[in-house]
Amino acid sequence: MAEDIDVSGVSYEYEIPGRSRVLAVSDVSFSVPATKFLCILGPSGCGKTTILNMLSGFLTPTSGDIRIGGKRIIGRQYNRGVVFQDFAQLFPWRTARRNVEFGLEMRRIGKTERNEVALEFLSLVGLREFADAFPHQLSGGMQQRVAIARSLAYNPGVLLMDEPFAALDAMTREEMQRFLNDIWQRTQKTIVYITHNVAEAVYLADQVLVLAASPGRIKAALEVELPRPRDPLSEGFIAIQREILDHFGAR
Amino acid sequence: MATIAQKRASARSLMEIRRHRAITRAISYAIGLSAFVIVALGYELFARYGGFSPKLVPGLGAIAQALVRLTANGVLLASAAATLYRLIAGFLLACVIGVSVGMLMGHYEWAEDTLLPLTTFFYPIPGLAYAPLFVMWFGLGDLPTIMLVGTSSCFVVIVNTWKGVKAVKPIWQRSARAMGATDRDLFLRVILPGSLPYILIGLRLGLANAWRILIAVEMVTSVQRGLGWMIFGAQTFLNTDVMLATIVVIGAIGLLLEKQVFQRVENYTVARWGMIAT
Repeated sequence: MAEDIDVSGVSYEYEIPGRSRVLAVSDVSFSVPATKFLCILGPSGCGKTTILNMLSGFLTPTSGDIRIGGKRIIGRQYNRGVVFQDFAQLFPWRTARRNVEFGLEMRRIGKTERNEVALEFLSLVGLREFADAFPHQLSGGMQQRVAIARSLAYNPGVLLMDEPFAALDAMTREEMQRFLNDIWQRTQKTIVYITHNVAEAVYLADQVLVLAASPGRIKAALEVELPRPRDPLSEGFIAIQREILDHFGAR
Repeated sequence: MATIAQKRASARSLMEIRRHRAITRAISYAIGLSAFVIVALGYELFARYGGFSPKLVPGLGAIAQALVRLTANGVLLASAAATLYRLIAGFLLACVIGVSVGMLMGHYEWAEDTLLPLTTFFYPIPGLAYAPLFVMWFGLGDLPTIMLVGTSSCFVVIVNTWKGVKAVKPIWQRSARAMGATDRDLFLRVILPGSLPYILIGLRLGLANAWRILIAVEMVTSVQRGLGWMIFGAQTFLNTDVMLATIVVIGAIGLLLEKQVFQRVENYTVARWGMIAT
């Protein structure tokens, strides 16, 4: 079951000891309806990871309000799944299956059920055969697929992804984007996806938020209404890319 | 999907890899063994032609005879058993203290602030320095020996565990938190396995430390039997063959513990998990 996200007037100030405060995110508001896919797109230093960290509850906004499924984010909750860029996010001491089971363990779900659910989600990401492999025996793309399975297995309402494919080679990245599009359509999750890659945002998103840096703020919000799966060489796709690039003043 | 032909090919190559591994392992055993042979030969030459009396530097034959004799009359076995008992008891004590204190120090700032200066203070003091005190406090025999072995070898375990916890990747903790891990979950299911490579190093060093202090202390605390006790007892009668035979046994037990305990634990855990190079 998916939940909606509502962010209103959120700012975040970092306190650097011995220096003045740094405004990382300034008055950001947006909302994502349940089951929709939002991409937050921006150059490095635009506060996009800070926004994701606030959504995932690692940081508390200096001001403003974040609600997921109508409820304010407070401390430990199970309604978010998080996937990071770093392949090292998997626990090396657990097999793929046991990694996927982790979130279910935290919910004190019995062993047999955990096992079943984990295998089901490994099948979803096409890695059932690798259930008993340790992370170091898997390729980067496979490790990220296990991480996605892990974040979905305990059935969170929203999935937060911080440049999950940025460290992959170009070919694997494209394959993973197609794969994520497919998973998202099948699992019907609300997804917030951070990226600095324009084509990736246009390929995946229902909505794209374009951020500007220092302080991080919303420069533009676009709806992408191309039919899925999208063709990156189609005219509509290129037109939207061009529109986004115009917002960056890159042309 | 792999075709049957591909699967067969990969099964064949797996067998080849296994065979290759078995061969390299056999070669490295042979090299290790030949190193022992060379050292033994060097010693034998020194014993024969080094110009010392055989009473002081007995040959390999005499040492071997002493080994057989001591085994036959049961002294060696009883002594080795007594020493191993103290070693294991003392080492377990060091493990429990070392891992728990090290984990606390690595995880909680208050624990680090209070315990690190103390650890740094006690770490370099040789355990033997406490031996007379421990005898006065706990009397003679096994108890002071075990306590001394435990307390003096726990520091190296503490320091390595502490460093290991510090080396746990923050992203593991963040992932675990995002999935709803409590402090307890984090401690037992993330930090403990995540710091295991360092903890194992600490335990290895701790065991070596325990050996050293134990053999020395068996003299001071007047234990009933023991390998250290044998060496010091043999000195009185100039039984150098007995002394050397005992030293060989100590080394052999150490080698056995390394290969059969630490190596196995490591292969089953951190090596299997790809957390250390093998």
